[in-house]
Amino acid sequence: MEQLLNDFSPGLFVMQTVLLLGLIFLLVKFAWKPILNSLESREKGIQDALDAAEVAKKEMQNITADSESLLKEARAERESLLKEARELKEKILADAKEEAQKEGDKMIAKAQASIESEKKAAVADIKAQVATLSIDIAEKVIKDELSNKSKQQKLVDDMLGDIKLN
Amino acid sequence: MTVPNLVGAGLIVIGAGIGLGKIGGSAMEGIARQPEATGKIQTAMIIIAALLEGLAFGALFLGK
Amino acid sequence: MTKILRKPNLVLTALFIFLLQPSLFAKSDEGHEGAVDTKDEVGEYILHHIKDAHDFHLFSYTDSHGERKHVGFPLPVIVWSSKGLTTFMSSKFHHDDSGHYIVEANGTRFVKLHSKIYELDEGATTVSFDEEHHPTNAHKVLDFSITKSVFGILLVGLLMFIWFAGLARQYKKKKIPTGFGRVLEPLVLYVRDEIARPNIGEKRYREFTGYLLTVFFFIWILNLLGLTPLGFNVTGQLAVTAALAIFTLIIYTFKGNKGYWGHMLWMPGVPYLIRPVLAIIEVAGAFLIKPFSLLVRLFANISAGHIVVMSLIAIMVTMKSEMGAVGATSLSFVLSFFITLIEVLVAFLQAYIFTMLSALFIGMAVEEHDHH
Repeated sequence: MEQLLNDFSPGLFVMQTVLLLGLIFLLVKFAWKPILNSLESREKGIQDALDAAEVAKKEMQNITADSESLLKEARAERESLLKEARELKEKILADAKEEAQKEGDKMIAKAQASIESEKKAAVADIKAQVATLSIDIAEKVIKDELSNKSKQQKLVDDMLGDIKLN
Repeated sequence: MTVPNLVGAGLIVIGAGIGLGKIGGSAMEGIARQPEATGKIQTAMIIIAALLEGLAFGALFLGK
Repeated sequence: MTKILRKPNLVLTALFIFLLQPSLFAKSDEGHEGAVDTKDEVGEYILHHIKDAHDFHLFSYTDSHGERKHVGFPLPVIVWSSKGLTTFMSSKFHHDDSGHYIVEANGTRFVKLHSKIYELDEGATTVSFDEEHHPTNAHKVLDFSITKSVFGILLVGLLMFIWFAGLARQYKKKKIPTGFGRVLEPLVLYVRDEIARPNIGEKRYREFTGYLLTVFFFIWILNLLGLTPLGFNVTGQLAVTAALAIFTLIIYTFKGNKGYWGHMLWMPGVPYLIRPVLAIIEVAGAFLIKPFSLLVRLFANISAGHIVVMSLIAIMVTMKSEMGAVGATSLSFVLSFFITLIEVLVAFLQAYIFTMLSALFIGMAVEEHDHH
């Protein structure tokens, strides 16, 4: 202890104190402050850049999600449009079919009706002709009867034969 | 240096050695158990070892 | 000047060439300090080395005329004597360290004795010693000389200023430093992020980082300088480490907040009778034990390192008779090589521990105490 105290140099202590004080002052002013400030600003810059990248990433994700939802919507729209179109087509087809059916039925009915009326007219005509013929026949028969009995007979036979041919 | 001084210095060194060994050993054990706490354990170890060292040096110089 | 400063390598090279110019500074001496051969001489030499010196001495040799030559250069001596401030060059002592050469300056007489400068009492012409080899008719003077340590401090201060001011200037132009700044930047970041920030706390670490950085690099570079053959032993000087420790003491004493003083003087949460006892212990811890442990640890580690390395180198000389020149030299080389490697680690570790403990003590003083 005694030797240590003997070795202790107060002059060196003073010199060291003064020099260290000066060194601290100079370094703080000319080195540490600018170094730490620029290190901090650089770190802040890096942090900001990272944050910005994070924000951009999030935005990107949002955009992707948006576009995806848009795509989905569009797809759904297309789907519904297609469906509608299909339905429309089917409806039109069905309608057309029904219409055609109706028209056909109507035409058939008309045709039938006209056929019926033609038939009726024909039948009536036939009836009338038959009646006329009958009357004619009867007239001729009556005329022949009136002239020749055999002739009359033959006439009747012939006429009957004609009718059959008819 | 007289003989009692040398004996005293030896005793101090033995004591400090035991202390340092214990600190180092416990730190190793701690690191083996929790490798993720290595940094903290090392820092604490160095601080305690430094305090022990200061004590030992103080004693050595008082005897010198 | 600024142009030269911008090229730190140039300055360094010039400085080293300046330091290693033996012919310019060689001084002859009439064989007073002989070769170091015996164990006692080796011990003496080592103890002499770890002390501060008033001249820059690189090595000595004996020339062909049998004359002892010392290579190095003298440094100015500045002392505060009874006649006021006195300056002269240390070459006037002719490398004498035992009080033989008496220098007359400014009307007083000075001698150098074991690296200390003594002023002879009025009228005395030679130093007389008592049986413990203490001078009886001379007294120490306040010695502000540019000793080897002061020279080392100036050198390191200059180096640090060139390096770190250069680094600071680099940031003005670019975001990432180039060259040597790329080595320095991670070290600065290391001190800030591993020492200052965790120990002092996020809120207030900024205001102490400058001090911690200065102290860290100051101690580390001086420790490493001590391992070079230039023979500096600055951080092994009690005065230097004491000044460093007192800086830390002053900082944590003046920056200590209310909670710190409250916990020191009137510890809350313990019985009232114990509080004064605790206060005594705490005050002793804060003002004596903490700075003392700081200053003694650094001083002792570095001095012990120097003694060990030099003793191992001295094996070359002391074991020559037992092992032969080759054996002793190789043993000495291997041992001192490995110890020097460890010393490189110790150089960093001591700088780290000093800075770390300073940060811890400051952190304890400025910590926000939650109220119990």
